[in-house]
Amino acid sequence: MGLLSDPNRRKAITSLLTRLNTPICVVCYLAGIAWFMGLAFEPFTLRTYMSENAMGSTMVEERFPSGERALATAREFAAHKKKVGGMPVDWLVKTMRAQGLEVFTQSFSRNLPFPDESKERFVVRGTNVYGILRAPRAPRTEALVLSAPCSPGNSNNQAVGLLLGLAQYFRSQIYWAKDIIFLVNEHDLIGVQAWLEGYHHTNITGMGYTPLQGRAGSIQAALSLELNSDVVTSLDLVLEGLNGQLPNLDLANLFHAFCQKLGILCTIQGKLQRSDWDTVEGYTHSAQTMLLMVLKQASGRPWGEHGLFLRYHIEAASIRGVNSFRQYKTDATSIGRLFEGMVRKLNNLLERLHQSYFFYLMPSLTRFVSIGYYMPAFGLLTTILLLRALDLWVHLGTPTPVTEDGVGEGESPSSPGLLSVLTPVVISHLTGVALYTLPVLSQEMAVEHFPVSETEAVVLTAIAIYTAGLALPHNTHRLISGEGTEQGWRVLKLVALLYLAVLLGCTALINFSLGFILAVTLVPAAACVTPHVPKALSAVAMVLLSPGCTILYCVFLFQELQEVPVSLAEGWMLFLSVISQGILDHALYGSLVYPLLALLVYPCWLLFWNILFWK
Amino acid sequence: MAKFLFVTICTVANLFAFLPVIHGNNFETKATQFFSSGHTNNWAVLVCTSRFWFNYRHVANVLSVYRSVKRLGIPDSHIVLMLADDMACNHRNPKPATVFSHKNMELNVYGDDVEVDYRGYEVTVENFLRVLTGRLPPSTPRSKRLLSDDRSNILIYLTGHGGNGFLKFQDSEEISNVELADAFEQMWQKRRYNELLFIIDTCQGASMYERFYSPNIMALASSQVGEDSLSHQPDLAIGVHLMDRYTFYLLEFLEDIHPASQANMNDLFKVCPKSQCVSTPGHRTDLFLRDPGSVLITDFFGSVRKVEITREAINLTNPTELPQDLTSLRNELKSEALFYVDQLPVADIIHQKPKQKDWHPPDGFILGLWSLILLVFFKTYGIKHLKHIF
Repeated sequence: MGLLSDPNRRKAITSLLTRLNTPICVVCYLAGIAWFMGLAFEPFTLRTYMSENAMGSTMVEERFPSGERALATAREFAAHKKKVGGMPVDWLVKTMRAQGLEVFTQSFSRNLPFPDESKERFVVRGTNVYGILRAPRAPRTEALVLSAPCSPGNSNNQAVGLLLGLAQYFRSQIYWAKDIIFLVNEHDLIGVQAWLEGYHHTNITGMGYTPLQGRAGSIQAALSLELNSDVVTSLDLVLEGLNGQLPNLDLANLFHAFCQKLGILCTIQGKLQRSDWDTVEGYTHSAQTMLLMVLKQASGRPWGEHGLFLRYHIEAASIRGVNSFRQYKTDATSIGRLFEGMVRKLNNLLERLHQSYFFYLMPSLTRFVSIGYYMPAFGLLTTILLLRALDLWVHLGTPTPVTEDGVGEGESPSSPGLLSVLTPVVISHLTGVALYTLPVLSQEMAVEHFPVSETEAVVLTAIAIYTAGLALPHNTHRLISGEGTEQGWRVLKLVALLYLAVLLGCTALINFSLGFILAVTLVPAAACVTPHVPKALSAVAMVLLSPGCTILYCVFLFQELQEVPVSLAEGWMLFLSVISQGILDHALYGSLVYPLLALLVYPCWLLFWNILFWK
Repeated sequence: MAKFLFVTICTVANLFAFLPVIHGNNFETKATQFFSSGHTNNWAVLVCTSRFWFNYRHVANVLSVYRSVKRLGIPDSHIVLMLADDMACNHRNPKPATVFSHKNMELNVYGDDVEVDYRGYEVTVENFLRVLTGRLPPSTPRSKRLLSDDRSNILIYLTGHGGNGFLKFQDSEEISNVELADAFEQMWQKRRYNELLFIIDTCQGASMYERFYSPNIMALASSQVGEDSLSHQPDLAIGVHLMDRYTFYLLEFLEDIHPASQANMNDLFKVCPKSQCVSTPGHRTDLFLRDPGSVLITDFFGSVRKVEITREAINLTNPTELPQDLTSLRNELKSEALFYVDQLPVADIIHQKPKQKDWHPPDGFILGLWSLILLVFFKTYGIKHLKHIF
């Protein structure tokens, strides 16, 4: 007889399962956390290498000469920007046309759902200017994009200047096989989103824009520049994009290879690489870098202008110039040469970058961990949920001799049990829907009645609905039929565990960091909660492990890792701004973190909260 | 003393008498060497099996061998050049219409008189094998045919990406070493070559000549099985590697060869030792009938007319005896007619069937005879017995 169909063996296995359930769960949890932390340990990681054969090594001769002229152009741009009080569209068009590019503009407008306090904008209207350098001998089927944002004030002038300098230099070369688009966008991410939507003829986010007059073929790769000063001491690479999507690892390898060749310091997450991996400080340094990447990826927001390109399968990265207090400084000519080398190597590509990894974590710029190595950490955490679910299934399956309809319920716990389970599920999801829709919809009402700004109204409404959900169990009990309450909460927990496992699994496949962080806090809560644990203590524990508090911890952790620790009050304000940014990201760019948390994760957590207060 | 002097004078006189004879013998041996190689024309089949910009070096490899072969005398009409030919006019080439083989752009092997016979997507395994075996459709122009005969020495040069037992053609197909060996056997059976020199510059190139089994083939490869052939000459201005190591040193070696050079195959085997090539070049001579030391480089790489000016008279045969010898020879020849060996001995098979020597009467006759006997029997002994049968 088979292992599972033989009743004796089956009983032995199930008894083993129920006996050892808790120890195995604890071991799995600790192993999962240990595995994750061990990923930053250097012997467990792999050295990065160039996978794309067509790109080859850094075998190219960079001859960009005019760094100084680029800086002069930057000063001119700054002057015109100040004169116009925004983006100097006419000056940009005139300059690019003088360099021989085909210049086009695009105007866009967007009404934000509520004012964005960090950038102080509510109704956004702007113009993008882009110039196309046509490849002299190639058909116009492929393109590369170099973009620099036009930011208000005095920032990023040097980036635009360098962009124009590179455009002039590239124009005189004959070895381009792809068209190059030089994009200067206004209102950073909103401008990029408008341009990309216009380029690809889509309208995902409800942006209003004029159609693009000039087009260059399908975009193979994009690089975004951010430079704030004339001299830089290091270049920072930003990879995390919208919804935690990452560009192909070959782009990071290319950047690092050229930094090595030209002798420029390069960093990731703002941290330099250390060579002492066997010391505690070395390990904590790598762990910090990796955790920063995990937190940035989990937030689901694009951390540079490149982040919006990734949705269209365009490999993109942002390169940010950093001027810290170091003796060795790099001038604009070297940075220009770096970009020249990178664009020339991208020019050699025959297909999109696809040979290297798309899912990875980087403890440092030369070390990476691929999905095959980091997924088991998440798998171990999900195993706990499945083990608990199996345990519950076994308990539901064994007929209890006391209850008269125990046999019927034992064999098919689904039919009478499911109806009683349905009510909490529906109510939790309705609360989730309320959390998703009400904050933005009811901001006018809130502003009328309370002395707060619109942003604060939205955020505080969200927190209010979140906290109101905590009171649900007392009210929903009147609606649940109290038949077989012992079985009832077990069935509910079984359904909730499986639901959580599927939810976290799907999340981790798309955005591993988000799935892992949610799993770290939600899995213990889900595994341990029963109506029989001490109510007050476990209520506090559950609230502390809820998704909202997870975000709070992540904010504090992020600030710690950035070496800018904040006090409690500042942390709370940051937390509020994170919530508002999350809602705005969802409205503006289609980030999925806010709907995921509001519509799916929060109701799931509410189910467990219901189980805790089961009567 | 006088006797001694006499003997020496005699010896010296004899020596002087024999000297012209010896000299003449020397010259005659040289004259016999004239016709020792046995070939009357030279062909070259040069194939580059890769395309795309990052395989620039394979095209440069083939073009440099093409250049040497042309310089040493083989005309374009006797060279079949198969190239993807997407380097010189590639959009990424900073120096259009050139293909360089030395860095710092010293040597442009593309030149202005390159004749590519099979270009672009025509470089396929099928076309290559058809060229070798001669099975081309009648509409194929002469420049795309290998019109060799049984007195042709053919140089075959292959380069590209390869592995253990195969060579990759343009990213979509492969030719295996077994296929290649069979193609050469077809060439041998159709008497399409006198001697064949096969050179291959790919990774694990020695695996490609392992399976040859036809006579008169000599093979060289740039690396052994399990080794990679490495690239050479990285050029920063163009952005790619310009040549492979083995062919680079082969080209250097060939640049020293001129049409009258007496360098032989043993020198060719020494090209690019492991210290220069990093891989171990290999060669195979067991199928070759002549000693490699007596095979000149120009037997394969050049089209050398065997012309030597002499002031001496060479006695080839006695002219008066010629007609008799010829007629006697002819009589001898007439007696035995020569045939080609039967590929498929159909005649033997047919002869094996037993000949019907004894005559049997036709079958219908026997049946009729027996029915007649039965009828007579039943007529005699009564018709009522007939109903037992019918």
